[in-house]
Amino acid sequence: MADFVRADSAGGGRALGRIVVYGLLILVALYYLMPLFVMLTTSIKTLEEIRAGNLIALPGTVTFEAWAKAWGSVCTGADCSGLKNNFWSSVSFVLPAVVISTLIGAFNGYVLTLWRFKGSDLLFTTMLVGCFIPFQVVLLPMAQTLGWLGLANTTSGLVFVHVVYGLAFTTLFFRNFYVSVPEEMVKAARIDGAGFFTIFWRIILPLSPPIIVVCVIWQFTQIWNDFLFGVVFSGGDRQPITVALNNLVNTSTGVKEYNVDMAAAIIAALPTLFVYIVAGKYFVRGLTAGSVKG
Amino acid sequence: MNTAAPVPRRSALDAVEAALPKIVLGPTLLVSLVFVYGFIAWTAILSFTKSRLLPNYEFVGFYQYVTLFENERWWVALKNLCVFGGLFIFFCLATGLILAILLDQKIRAEGWLRSIYLYPMALSFIVTGTAWKWILNPGLGIERLVQQAGFPGFTFDWLVNPQMSVYTVVIAGVWQSSGFVMALFLAGLRGIDDSVIKAAQVDGASMPRIYWSIIIPTLRPVFFSAVMILAHIAIKSFDLVMALTGGGPGFSSDMPATFMYAFGFTRNQIGLGAASAMMMLMTVVAVIVPMMYAEVRRNRRG
Repeated sequence: MADFVRADSAGGGRALGRIVVYGLLILVALYYLMPLFVMLTTSIKTLEEIRAGNLIALPGTVTFEAWAKAWGSVCTGADCSGLKNNFWSSVSFVLPAVVISTLIGAFNGYVLTLWRFKGSDLLFTTMLVGCFIPFQVVLLPMAQTLGWLGLANTTSGLVFVHVVYGLAFTTLFFRNFYVSVPEEMVKAARIDGAGFFTIFWRIILPLSPPIIVVCVIWQFTQIWNDFLFGVVFSGGDRQPITVALNNLVNTSTGVKEYNVDMAAAIIAALPTLFVYIVAGKYFVRGLTAGSVKG
Repeated sequence: MNTAAPVPRRSALDAVEAALPKIVLGPTLLVSLVFVYGFIAWTAILSFTKSRLLPNYEFVGFYQYVTLFENERWWVALKNLCVFGGLFIFFCLATGLILAILLDQKIRAEGWLRSIYLYPMALSFIVTGTAWKWILNPGLGIERLVQQAGFPGFTFDWLVNPQMSVYTVVIAGVWQSSGFVMALFLAGLRGIDDSVIKAAQVDGASMPRIYWSIIIPTLRPVFFSAVMILAHIAIKSFDLVMALTGGGPGFSSDMPATFMYAFGFTRNQIGLGAASAMMMLMTVVAVIVPMMYAEVRRNRRG
C-alpha cells in the first residue's frame, strides 16, 4: 500500500516524517515491553532493593532466590510447596485437552465439508453458538454435573470441561480449512473404493499440518491461560497455575514479596510465551481465524 | 445423500459406512445440545428458583431478577461494564488503527515491531493483572518513579481509589488487547486494492484525506469484527479484574462476571448468580445480534 509520508514529496519533509513514524513506533514498542522488563528485573532484585529503589532501576545485585522460592517453597493458601505442583498440574490437563479437542475438531471439520449430508450446515451453526456464549451461563450446571460424575476437583474433570467448550472452536478451525479442499479429490477416492477413514488418513491428514499447528497453538494458549474453569472446577494442590498465581498475588497475609510474585508470574507465562516466540506466525493466524467468531 | 449409486442389496457394513459421517458428528452435537443449550436452559430454570447454597427447584418467578436489580453491587457492576467496555473498545480501536497505519508505511523492522505489539495476547490475563498490579502499586510503582524524577507531590493511587479502580482495568486491558486489533487492521490494510489509492493520488488528494475518506471506510468490516470481539472480551472480563483489583476496593471495580462468581460460588446465592449469568448472556445477545443483523443487511444491499 501507498504511504502518506512518502507522498510529502519534498525531501526534508519526508525524512522528518519517517523519523516521526519510527519514533512513535519505537515509543509504543517500549511501552508494550515495559511490563515484561519490570517483571524480569523485579524478579531478580532483593526485597530491600525493591523497597529502596524504583520500578525501572536495574538490579544492583542479581539473585535468583525469588525464582527458587516461587517454584519450590512459596505458600499459596495453605500449601507451601511453591508453584511446581500447579505447573505440572496445568501440564497434565492442558495436554490431553488440547489433543482430544483437536482430534475431534478435525473429524468434525472433515464431515462438515467433505461428507456433508442434509442438515449438516444447520448442525454446524448449532455448534457454533458455543463460541459466543459467556461461560458464566454454564458454570452452575457444570459444577453440579461434575459432582454427579465424580469429576469435581479432578484433572479429568478439567480435561472434560476444556474439551467440551473447546470443540466449537476446533471444529470451526478445521471446517474453514477443509472448505478449500477440492471435493473431486474425495469423490475420486470414493470411486476407487476408499472409505471414510481411509480418505481421512491418506488424503486429508497429509494436507492438514498447517491447520493442526494453528489449532493446537490456539487451544494450548486458551487452556493454559484459562482461569475461570480452573478457579471454579478445581481445588487444593490440583489447581492450575493461573489460579495458584492469583492466590499467591492476592493473599494479604505476611510480607508482600514482590520479587516472588513477579517470578511466579513469569513462570506461569513461560509456556505460552515460548510457543509465541517459536511459532508466532501460526499464533497470529489462529488468533485472527478463531476470534473473528469468538 | 452422499452415497454415489444406490446398491440393490446393502449389507449391514455398508449401512454403517453410509452413516459414519453422522456417527462421527453425533457426539459433538450431543455435547453441544446438552452442555451448551441444555445448561443454558438449566441456568435459566435456576434463576427462577429460590436456590441458595444448593439448587432448590421451588419456583419464585422473577424474584431473583428483582433482587438483582435492587442490589447496589449489581448496579456498580453494570456501570463498570459500561465504563470499562466503552473505554476499552475505544482505546483498543484507536491504538490498533494508528499502529496499523504507521506499520503500513514500509517500515524496516516491521516483523519485530509486530511481534512486540502482539506478545501480550499470549499471556494469561492473570499474568497481565499481576504485572500491572505491581506497576500501578501505590507507593512502590509508577508513583515512586515519578516522585523520584522530581515531582515529590505526585500521587497515583488508582488501584486503591474506589473512584478510579475501574480505570486500572482499562489500562491493563488495552495493553493486552490493542496489539491484536492492530493485527486485524493491518491485515485489512494489506487487503486494500492499491489502484484506488493511486487514482486518488493522481487526482491530487492528500494522503491523510485518502486515509480518512477512502481507506478507513473500506475497513468497515474490520471495525465490525473488532468491536464484536472486544465487546465480547469486555462482557466476559473476569480474570483481569480478579488479578488486578479483585473487584475492589470494596466492590468498586466489580463487573458482571465477578459478581456472578461471587454470588454463585462464594456467597452461596445460586439463584442470584444464575440470574446474573442470564443477564450476561442477554447482554452478549443484545450486542451481537443487532450488529450481525445490520452487517448482513448491509452486505445484502451491496
